[in-house]
Amino acid sequence: MTTMGLTKKILSSVLLACALGTSALANVGGPAWDKAPNRINDMGALQNGAKLFVNYCLNCHSAAFMRYTRLTDLGLTQEQIKSNLLLTDAKIGETMKAAIDPKQAKAWFGNTPPDLTVIARSRAGANGTGADYLYTYMRTFYRDEAKQTGWNNLVFPNVAMPHALWELQGSRRAVFEEVEVHGQKVHEFKGFEQITPGTMTPAQYDSAVADLVNYMQWMAEPVQTSRKTVGVWVLAFLALLSVLTWKLNKAYWKDVR
Amino acid sequence: MAEFHEISPNASAGAKTLNWIDNRFPLSALFKAHMSEYYAPKNFNVWYVFGVLSLLVLVIQIVTGIFLVMHYKPDAALAFGSVEYIMRDVPWGWMIRYMHSTGASAFFVVVYLHMFRGLMYGSYRKPRELVWLFGCGIFLALMAEAFMGYLLPWGQMSYWGAQVIVNLFSAIPFIGPDLALLIRGDFVVGDATLNRFFSFHVIAVPLVLLGLVVAHIIALHEVGSNNPDGVEIKADKDANGIPRDGIPFHPYYSVHDIFAVSVFLFVFTAIVFFAPEMGGYFLEYNNFIPADPFQTPLHIAPVWYFTPFYSLLRAVTTELMYVLMACVVLAAALSLLKGRMPAVFKAVIGGGAVVVLAMMLSIDAKFWGVVAMGGGVVILFFLPWLDNSPVKSIRYRPDWHKYFYAVFVVDFLILGYLGTLPPSPLFSRVAQVGTLFYFAFFLLMPWWSRIGTFKPVPSRVTYTAH
Repeated sequence: MTTMGLTKKILSSVLLACALGTSALANVGGPAWDKAPNRINDMGALQNGAKLFVNYCLNCHSAAFMRYTRLTDLGLTQEQIKSNLLLTDAKIGETMKAAIDPKQAKAWFGNTPPDLTVIARSRAGANGTGADYLYTYMRTFYRDEAKQTGWNNLVFPNVAMPHALWELQGSRRAVFEEVEVHGQKVHEFKGFEQITPGTMTPAQYDSAVADLVNYMQWMAEPVQTSRKTVGVWVLAFLALLSVLTWKLNKAYWKDVR
Repeated sequence: MAEFHEISPNASAGAKTLNWIDNRFPLSALFKAHMSEYYAPKNFNVWYVFGVLSLLVLVIQIVTGIFLVMHYKPDAALAFGSVEYIMRDVPWGWMIRYMHSTGASAFFVVVYLHMFRGLMYGSYRKPRELVWLFGCGIFLALMAEAFMGYLLPWGQMSYWGAQVIVNLFSAIPFIGPDLALLIRGDFVVGDATLNRFFSFHVIAVPLVLLGLVVAHIIALHEVGSNNPDGVEIKADKDANGIPRDGIPFHPYYSVHDIFAVSVFLFVFTAIVFFAPEMGGYFLEYNNFIPADPFQTPLHIAPVWYFTPFYSLLRAVTTELMYVLMACVVLAAALSLLKGRMPAVFKAVIGGGAVVVLAMMLSIDAKFWGVVAMGGGVVILFFLPWLDNSPVKSIRYRPDWHKYFYAVFVVDFLILGYLGTLPPSPLFSRVAQVGTLFYFAFFLLMPWWSRIGTFKPVPSRVTYTAH
């Protein structure tokens, strides 16, 4: 057997190991996440997401590494940012601080609300992207009188945060059914029932949340679209370089016997 | 020492400058010795590019590292924020950071492939033992470098990964707790740990790494490179003393390597610009949460390049200890019954086995897990003396040796994959079998590497012109 044979054998083993790997990954549990619509290149959607973010999230959460000026990447002018999105007394060159005093927040919710700058990156996992998680999370709040805040969540059980967008979505209750799985009684989620309507229809609400999570995905890495543009040029250059160096190599080796 | 060499006043400015330098520093002599008159076997295949690629990644890591240090703050309160500052506010900072984080993983990819090449073609065999030993030293230094560098972003995985690994040292009897304290500089991983890891990561370990790389290359150029046939090209020289199967490194392998570098950079930059997280394997998702000493993550996984050895660590449970003890008894009994050696040696072996068994019974399995993890790396150092095969290259070994090597590769990959997962009963069992195989492969090598029908090794390398 030649070395090529061995290389092939090893390659096929690697492929086999990868195949085993993906099937094992699929078993990693937790409730399924809904796929968030991808609007990462849709400036209108991102601007709307930014508006929702500063209006609803920044009251309690910070985005301590995100500068207001960076919103110019979304096609906004400094004036637009100052007059529409800067709701605190912060300067435009500063980062996004929470309106609430973190000490008070801890007293009210039991936890300091986490910083949201890179939250979308941190929540990615076997079930999907961080945007998928946030999209599911913001759409699965339900009324639960057993909880101190009166709210609970499907993907984040016993969450400390009340439903911040409840005015938009209205309030819902979750219906569970007791079923037997492998001889054990478990509560299986059956669906939501609307208690009071929100200011948005369910379709409008889903779209608003999609804008919000796309904004959060963008905010977690503002350079993500431009790095791909740069990457295309770099790869084109290296492809050309590889062809030239291949020719150079061939030219030198053609006389070696 | 060379004679002072006068050059004709009519010589070109370039020749005059070179002559001036050569009279004071052996520039031409070094270039000849290591490049234009360093004869490498002409039958190198694709496996031979990973050495130069390792060197390339080392340079990438040093250069990007220099720029990162300009903006990074080694302070528990500021570290996480300073990394985000680099990612957002420093011009091109994101690219430098992604190059460095991708470079860490790329380093291990090329080094693992480079080591496997050595394993396949017996590149560690006489007279290249020191090349191999320096190389193993580089691998060890690289692991230390990567481990300490991973703490610096100060995310949850940085923090808890360091916590778990440093705590392992406290499993060592007697000195363990104090040793762990010395490494951390505190009772838990904290600001003191971050500062000392930063110092080691940017100064101490890179210096050791560079020194070892120089030693590795000097040793290699002293003995000359091995090749896929495992034939010593120096055994067959022409009238000028040049190996008949050799070819000057420059220009032949320099143009060869420039092509390899271009292709490597294509793949490398594709990751940097399009998939810097690499699905959570190069940048773990949890590491985007700032370190929180009061909140232990549900599942703490090291980065992928450590996971094969992490699997060895986790595999050693109280249960597996009985299997290992049985192995010790069996090995001792076999050497006492079958081994032809003086009675004194037999007494030493018997006594040693009893001592080891007593230690295995009295010391916690956690400690033996640490021994397995460390041993998994250290055993590589002994490879030149474990391999008893009459031929160097896999090409002339019995076919079943090739399958055995393939199983070893698969075993290493499975251990690596399982090391990324939370423990489960089935996977733990698989990892234990994998661990036993890993050590059996090396420890039984003196025996199995001799067995089988070996093929005749040609006197010249096999080469077909391209």
